[in-house]
Amino acid sequence: MATTEIAPTGSAPSAERTPVVNDFSIQVATANGSGSQSANTILLRSIFQMGVPVSGKNLFPSNIAGLPTWYTIRASKKGYIARKKEIDFVVAMNPETGREDVFNLSSGAAVLYDEPLKLSELRSDLIFYSVPFDKLVAAVCPEAKLRKLVKNMIYVGVMAQLLNIDMAEVEKALRKQFAKKLKAADLNWNAAKAGYDYAHASLTKCDPFTVERMDKTHGMIIVDGNSAAAMGCMFAGVTVVTWYPITPSSSLVESLIDYMKAYRVGPDGKATFAIVQAEDELAAIGMVLGAGWAGARSMTATAGPGISLMAEFAGLGYYVEVPGVIWDIQRVGPSTGLPTRTSQGDIEFVAKLSHGDTFHPMLIPSTASECFSMATEAFNLAEHLQTPVFVMSDLDLGMNNWMSEPFEYPKEPIKRGKILSKEDLDRLGGFNRYKDVDGDGIGYRTLPGIDHPQGAWFARGSGHNEKGQYSERPDDYKNNLDRLRRKFENARTLVPKPEVVRDESNDIGIIAYGTSHHALVEALDQLKDDHGVHADYLRLRAFPFTPEVHDFIASHPRVYVIDQNRDGQMLNLLKLDIAPEHVVRLRSVRHYNGLPIDGRSVTDDIISQESK
Amino acid sequence: MAATATTQPKTNHIGLTVLDYRGSKTTLCAGCGHNAISERIIDAFYEMGMQPERVIKLSGIGCSSKSPAYFMGRSHSFNSVHGRMPSVTTGAVLANSRLVALGVSGDGDTASIGIGQFVHLMRRNLPVIYIIEDNGVYGLTKGQFSATADVGSKLKTGVINDLPPIDTCALAISLGATFVGRSFSGDKRQLHAMLKAALAHRGTVMIDVVSPCVTFNDHEGSTKSYKFMKDHEEPLHEINFVPRFAEIDVDYDPGSVVNVTMHDGSSLRLHKIEEDYDPTNKIGAIKRIMESQEAEEVLTGVLYVNTQAPNFLEMLDMTDAPLATLPERLIRPSREVLEECMEALR
Repeated sequence: MATTEIAPTGSAPSAERTPVVNDFSIQVATANGSGSQSANTILLRSIFQMGVPVSGKNLFPSNIAGLPTWYTIRASKKGYIARKKEIDFVVAMNPETGREDVFNLSSGAAVLYDEPLKLSELRSDLIFYSVPFDKLVAAVCPEAKLRKLVKNMIYVGVMAQLLNIDMAEVEKALRKQFAKKLKAADLNWNAAKAGYDYAHASLTKCDPFTVERMDKTHGMIIVDGNSAAAMGCMFAGVTVVTWYPITPSSSLVESLIDYMKAYRVGPDGKATFAIVQAEDELAAIGMVLGAGWAGARSMTATAGPGISLMAEFAGLGYYVEVPGVIWDIQRVGPSTGLPTRTSQGDIEFVAKLSHGDTFHPMLIPSTASECFSMATEAFNLAEHLQTPVFVMSDLDLGMNNWMSEPFEYPKEPIKRGKILSKEDLDRLGGFNRYKDVDGDGIGYRTLPGIDHPQGAWFARGSGHNEKGQYSERPDDYKNNLDRLRRKFENARTLVPKPEVVRDESNDIGIIAYGTSHHALVEALDQLKDDHGVHADYLRLRAFPFTPEVHDFIASHPRVYVIDQNRDGQMLNLLKLDIAPEHVVRLRSVRHYNGLPIDGRSVTDDIISQESK
Repeated sequence: MAATATTQPKTNHIGLTVLDYRGSKTTLCAGCGHNAISERIIDAFYEMGMQPERVIKLSGIGCSSKSPAYFMGRSHSFNSVHGRMPSVTTGAVLANSRLVALGVSGDGDTASIGIGQFVHLMRRNLPVIYIIEDNGVYGLTKGQFSATADVGSKLKTGVINDLPPIDTCALAISLGATFVGRSFSGDKRQLHAMLKAALAHRGTVMIDVVSPCVTFNDHEGSTKSYKFMKDHEEPLHEINFVPRFAEIDVDYDPGSVVNVTMHDGSSLRLHKIEEDYDPTNKIGAIKRIMESQEAEEVLTGVLYVNTQAPNFLEMLDMTDAPLATLPERLIRPSREVLEECMEALR
C-alpha cells in the first residue's frame, strides 16, 4: 500500500524536479517535553557527519511540557548557518499546530506527518508523506510509557530514508547521544530502523531534497554557545562562580559545573573553585564583587531581568573598581518579555548600567568560538581595568547548536592586572589606591590578606579621594570621575577590535554585531549576487568603540547598523560616540520579533532603503 | 612622642599594641552606642591577638555601616551597598577562606532592605561574625522606625510603632546560624567576652547588639534607649571566655557553669544565672526568646551555640590554599583537556 498521497488536483510537484542537494531547511514540530530534542540532535549530527554544514535552532515555549515547540535544521552547502525564513520540509508531529505548520509553507514544500492528523487534505500544492507512528512504535517499544519518547526516533529513520542520509551515520550519532545508556540506545536505534524500513517499503520519494556527502565539516565540532562559554571560563581560570537560575543563561553555569567537576579538581582531590547558587541576582553579583575584591576570578551569568536587578551593584563595581565578569545571555524584554526568544535588547542598558555617570566595557561574541575565546579576554580585561566586564551573548547563540572550528587553546596567559605584593609595599612604603600613577586611569590595588601593615585600603561606594578615604570635596569627586573616564577611554585600545571585510565599496558600509553576523554573511552574498550591491562590512566585537569603528563610518557615506532590537540600541550608542557630522550617515536595520535574524530580511531592508 | 617614656607599651601575644587595632576618628554622634561597640571590637581583637591583616571588615549602608572606618585601620574594608553586605562577604570568604570576616550592619540594613541576604547568609553557616548594631531607627535619614522597633515604642515626633518587630536572633537560630547572641552596647563586660568567643567559632556568628541612638531614639517611650535597657536587660549568664593560649585555668563548678569547647580549643564558659537554660538547645532557645518578648524583657547572652554543624566552606570542599592566589597551572587545564573536550563534540 503506497501511502504517499499526491494531491488530487492542481499542479502537484513531482520527483521530476531538479534535485535540491544539501540546501534546505527541515522544521520538526512537536510538543514540549516529548523528548524530541534527542531525535533532532541525532538528525542534525547525521547530516553534519556526512560533511554537510548544518545549524540547528530550537524555538521553544516558556513551559515544562505540553506547549508546541519547533526545531529547525538547516543544511547549507555554502555554509550559511543563520536562520532561513523559508521551510522546505516539515515533520508535523503536533496535533495542536499541524494545520498552521502546513498553511505556513510555501508551495512545493514537503510534509511528513503523523497519520491521524490527516494533513494532506489541507493543501494540494505540497508533497505529503503519511506515517502511522503509533503502529510503528508499538512494534518496537513494548513498554507503553516509553513510546511517547521513542516515537520521535521513528521520524529520524523516515527522514534518513527520504533524504538519503546514511543510516550508519544515524547510528553513530545515536550511539553518541545515548553513550551512557546502552538500553535506551538499542531501543531508539530499533525505532529509527523501523522508520527507515517503513519509508523504504511504503513511501515514494516525491520531493527534491536530498543529502549528498561533502567534506565541509571535517574536524569541526557542534556546540551551543553556553557550553562554549563555560569551557572558556574554565580555561580562563575562573575560581568563584555565583548564579541565579534564569533562562537562557542557566545552561551556561550548569555546563560549567560539569566541566569544573571533571577538570578543575586539584591534586589534593579538592576543588579549585566555588560555585554557589545565590538567592537572587542581587546576591549573585554581590558575591562576584566580594570575590573579585578579595582576588578571585569571579563571574555570574544572567539574562535581562537579572541585569535589571544588578544595576546598583554594577555601579558599585565601577566606582569601587573591582573586577568581575557578567555574562548576559540576552532574551526578549522588557519585563519578563519572551523568556525563550532571542534579542539584543540589553545593549544600551548595560553600557551604562547604574545610576550616576557610568560606563561598562562589553564584549560581544558572534560565534561559539568567540564565546570560548572572549572568556579569557573578559577576565583579563576585568582585572586589568579593575571593573565589571559584560559579555553580551544572546539566546540564539547561547542555546542553539552551532557548527564551529575546534577552539584554540588560549594564547594569553592569565593576567591579574596591577596588584601590589608585600615586597612591592616594602619597597614603596605604602600606596594610594586610586592614584593615576601610570596615566592610564588605572590605580594599583592590594588583595585582602596581604601581610603588610600598609597593605589595606578601604573600598567604599561613597565619595573617596586618591587614598580611598571618605571625601565629599568637590575636587576629589571630580578628579576621581575624570580619571574613571580616562580609564574608559583607555579601554578603547584594549577591547577586541572589530573584524572588517572589505568589498571595495566606497558607498555602503554595514555594521553588525553578535548573532546578526551569520545573517550578514548571507545578506552580503545576496546583495552582491541578486542586486549587484557591494558593501563593506564591520563586525563590532566590543564596546567602547575602537578607532577602527570611527574610521569605518568616516569612510562610508551610508552605514547600515543592524540591531536585533526595536530601538536601534547599538545605533544609539554609535551616535553618541562618533563625530556629529557623521551621525547622518547612519541608517538602521532592526529585527525584533523574537526569532533569530535571517539574511533575507536584512537584504530586503537594505535594498528598500537604498532605493529610496 | 614623649622622649621620657621608660615603660614598653603593653602588647598582645603577637606583639601588637592596642593602637595597632584602632581606626580613624569616629564621625558618629557622641554617646552613640555604635562607638562603644567599635571599642569592644578593638579590645577583643587585640586581646585575642588576631592579626589585623587577616581580618576583613564589611558593611552595608547606614550609621552602623560607617563604623568599620573607626576601628582596625590595618584591615581591608568594604563599605558596599544597602542591605547587601552578606553577599559581598560571602564572595570575599569564598575567594580567600583564610580571612576572618567581620560584617557590621544595622537594623535597617539587616531587617528591612537586607533581610533576603541576611536569611540566606544564616542558612549557609558561612564563617563570618555578623554584628547588628540595633537601635530601632534609621539615623542617617533622621529617625524613621526600622523593622526591629517594638510594638508601642514611640518616636520623638510622637509616632507609635504598631507593627511587630523582627527578632533577628530567633530568625538566625531557626535558619542555621551556629553562634547567636544578643547584647547591649552598654554591657561592656558581656559584649567583650562574647566577641572574643565569636573569634574562636568557625561558622556564622550573629550578634544583635542593642545600641541606643542618642539623637533619635533615646527618649522616654523608646524600647532601645539606655534607660530602657538598664531596666529591662535580662542576662542569661555571665560569660567568661578562656582563650586557648591562656596559661592559667580556673576550676569551675559544672553544676553552675556551661562549658562550650570552641573549634580552636578555647573554652566559652557560661556562668548560669538562669539555672535551666541550655544554649545548645535550638528549640528551647527560640522558646525562651519568645517568652522574654512577652514579658517585655531583653534577653541577653549567648542564646545558641552549635560547634558541630558543618560550615559552608567545608561543604564546598575547596582546596586549602585561597582560591584568590592559586597559580595558573592549577586553574587553567592543559591542552590535552581542551582536545578531550573538543573530541567529545565532534
